[in-house]
Amino acid sequence: MNALLILSALGIFALLTDILGLKKILFPASIVALIGAMVASGLEWGHHTSYFNGMMCTDNTAILYTELLLFAGLMWFLICGSSIREHQTEHYAILSFALAGAVVMVTFSNLVMLFLGIEILSISMYIMAGSQKDKYSSNEAALKYFLMGSFSTGFLLFGIALIYGCTGSFFTSGIAAAIQQPMTLPHGMLLAGVLLILTSLVFKIAGFPFHFWAPDVYQGAPDTITAFMASVVKIAATAAFFRLFSMAFGSMVQEWSFTLCLIAIGSMMIGNMGAVLQDNLKRMLAFSSVAHAGYMLIAIITLNKFSEAALLFYITAYTLATLASFAIIIRVGQENGNGDVSSLAGLGKRNPLAAATMTIAMLSLAGIPPLSGFFAKYFLFNAALQENYTWLVLAAVAGTLISVYYYFRVIHSMLILKGSEEKISNSPIQIIVMLVLSALLILLGIMPDLLLSRIGS
Amino acid sequence: MSAIQVVPISYYVWLSAILFSIGVMGVLFRRNVIIVFMCIELMLNAVNLLMVAFSSMLNDAAGQIFVFFIMAVAAAEVAVGLAILVMIFRNTKSVDIDFLNKLKR
Repeated sequence: MNALLILSALGIFALLTDILGLKKILFPASIVALIGAMVASGLEWGHHTSYFNGMMCTDNTAILYTELLLFAGLMWFLICGSSIREHQTEHYAILSFALAGAVVMVTFSNLVMLFLGIEILSISMYIMAGSQKDKYSSNEAALKYFLMGSFSTGFLLFGIALIYGCTGSFFTSGIAAAIQQPMTLPHGMLLAGVLLILTSLVFKIAGFPFHFWAPDVYQGAPDTITAFMASVVKIAATAAFFRLFSMAFGSMVQEWSFTLCLIAIGSMMIGNMGAVLQDNLKRMLAFSSVAHAGYMLIAIITLNKFSEAALLFYITAYTLATLASFAIIIRVGQENGNGDVSSLAGLGKRNPLAAATMTIAMLSLAGIPPLSGFFAKYFLFNAALQENYTWLVLAAVAGTLISVYYYFRVIHSMLILKGSEEKISNSPIQIIVMLVLSALLILLGIMPDLLLSRIGS
Repeated sequence: MSAIQVVPISYYVWLSAILFSIGVMGVLFRRNVIIVFMCIELMLNAVNLLMVAFSSMLNDAAGQIFVFFIMAVAAAEVAVGLAILVMIFRNTKSVDIDFLNKLKR
């Protein structure tokens, strides 16, 4: 909760810096504020406090996701802060507000807060996707993202309205309690509501068959904003999906799990096969994020005592690897603008540290041991096998095998293909970010208990 | 019994479902972006109607409060959407959705 206040204050402060002439201290102030928010959120550990008449609840899972979001935000500011020169104050302000929305999305215990969190995050991202005003690709990405986003919001709201009519409550606990009781209205209406909300959230996490906006938006938006979308937006949407379906609709899991299975398998297949065909690096990562959304859905389908920890671990591993790869994409993009996989050619010689970080990130996304991506998949598949979803796991493993091809293509391009010989230098902040991200990817792979032990407590 | 409660609840559900579907069809089939915006608004207003009807059926104010949130957020969303549209119009001199195909290759 204090994290939310700090983020909102940071956003307002950023808007004022232009008037007050404090632009120089904006970057350090943002870093300090984000670290302060992480500490403030950590202090609430174990208290399980409710705010706003129980509309938000900072339980331990919410705190872990908040910490992850703030960490991703911090890394994002370190990676991109220096490369944003135009409209710096607006960027900082809107992205702080977006982070605040993301925090609301992982802490909600009332559907009003879920809706507000999604909208605070989404509206900020519509603006950011179009932030390169004179570039056509950015315009197109912004409009597509906006149309798809508000369309799916309509579905979310219609679903919420139907569920409200059936259960008489917006509280997740109230809905869960009412589902057990006999209802005045037909059961079909409740199911329709759940499926509409499911559709909308699948839109938000870019799962099949509602993934078609993701490649265009990821490709068209500025590199820095794509990095934010692939990390923060993905964490918040997936965490909110899991939180809603485990807290409110957990008791009717049989009725929606089959639909979600089809969506998960479709996402894994379409995502991985689509990524194979792409030359543009950001477009490839967009399809890969569709595939990862499919893997994450496995945790929501299984909903047992392992799945919460497995999902958190998976999202953490995915976020670390995504941030690491975008750090390199943004750095290389500043030198060579076309953004194709071939633009990384010769990176092993041009900038060994960046090439090493990118290699670790790609290996982790592909799920190669001993990196954290391997254990993330292992825990997730293990949770699914406990519930006898063998065929789902088989599909996921098949998808992973396909994914190895395109992740290794990036590594091949960097380390084996010949490109320009011109060196790319790193700033001290970039060196720190790359080292921290690759260290965490390896550390969580060797000692997954560092994170997993937090969840059981 | 107030006037809104005289009509059976199922009428409201069907009316908003139909309005919502008209909105969805409009978003899917119309090519002019401004009309697509209006269709999205129609979807949201169908939801508002449904919320108010349920709120009155359940004698619970929460649904009506939610409607205020939806209205406020919809206004913010349209403000951003129209800004994006103006930006596109300046670059392409068109508000046709079929222009949005430059990113595929």
